[in-house]
Amino acid sequence: MHELYVTKSIQQIVLKHAQKNGIKKVITVNLEIGALSDLQDEWLQRYFDRLSLGTVVEGARLRIRRVPAVFQCCECQQTYQIHSFYVQSLTCPHCSSAKVTLQTGREFRILNMEAE
Amino acid sequence: MQEIQLIEIKEEILAEIKGLADQIRENLSEKKVFMLNIMGSPGAGKTSLILKTIQHLTDHLRIAVVEADIDSMVDSQKVAALGIPVVQIQTGGFCHVDASMVEKALDTLPLDNLDLVLLENVGNLVCPAETDTGSHLNITLLSVPEGDDKPLKYPLIFTISDVLVVSKLDYLDLDDFDLERVKTRATAMNQNIKIFPLSCKTMVGIKDWIVCLEQEISIFRNP
Repeated sequence: MHELYVTKSIQQIVLKHAQKNGIKKVITVNLEIGALSDLQDEWLQRYFDRLSLGTVVEGARLRIRRVPAVFQCCECQQTYQIHSFYVQSLTCPHCSSAKVTLQTGREFRILNMEAE
Repeated sequence: MQEIQLIEIKEEILAEIKGLADQIRENLSEKKVFMLNIMGSPGAGKTSLILKTIQHLTDHLRIAVVEADIDSMVDSQKVAALGIPVVQIQTGGFCHVDASMVEKALDTLPLDNLDLVLLENVGNLVCPAETDTGSHLNITLLSVPEGDDKPLKYPLIFTISDVLVVSKLDYLDLDDFDLERVKTRATAMNQNIKIFPLSCKTMVGIKDWIVCLEQEISIFRNP
């Protein structure tokens, strides 16, 4: 829903690094976004394409790695992945404890870029 | 042919706006003004909770309200009727409030003469979850008619909230909403979340919420 807002931030960060490194053309931007985020890959790319027209980022591809939602049980310390919040129970599949913490799945960062 | 190079970036997206949010929080803390970010779906009862909170605290706290809506003044008029300073942010189509909008709104308030700012975010369970407003406490409202599956459908907002208010408790008998299920689901997302089931209509649970807020403000003032 707010992909445009997020895309602007991505573009600004990428442009800043492109300028710093004397880049002529950015080819790919590698991102890491957690599974809990509702951002749609397709819309991120569409807005990015639009915003980057006429800059060194024009035509660059956003390669998004989705970091899975991994929980750790506070009782037995085992970790487990949740693929679907809607289908799976959030309680620990090993000992059924409800005391669990979210370990990964909230990531929201730019890793690097491939550029000329 | 130009050689392709890999350039390390390792930066958080929206870091700049996060920096501004931290700055707002710091400025407010210096002035001993506590700010509450109130999130939830349209119709979850955010404005009703704000009005009830004002009624309970207005005797001993100087309160102001920041109302954010895509485009209207309805909520701010209700607050102004209580004689409370209120500033309306019209986000103009934006689905959430960000720190730069909050900064402008706070500039118009008499911060030196305030103890508490209640910020009503845009009605939405998705976008406000990804943006830090500079508040000291994040609360999310989930009303009984919305259903107990919301922590599963919109997990992120429950991970960033300090408090979950389950509102419109008076609808509980008319609905198959399972309060225990919500508690389990929200706590799995966030072990530290405090949960307050209440109704602004019957007043059930309001007192517990007010006591919690007073405690948070007291800890904030005397750390």
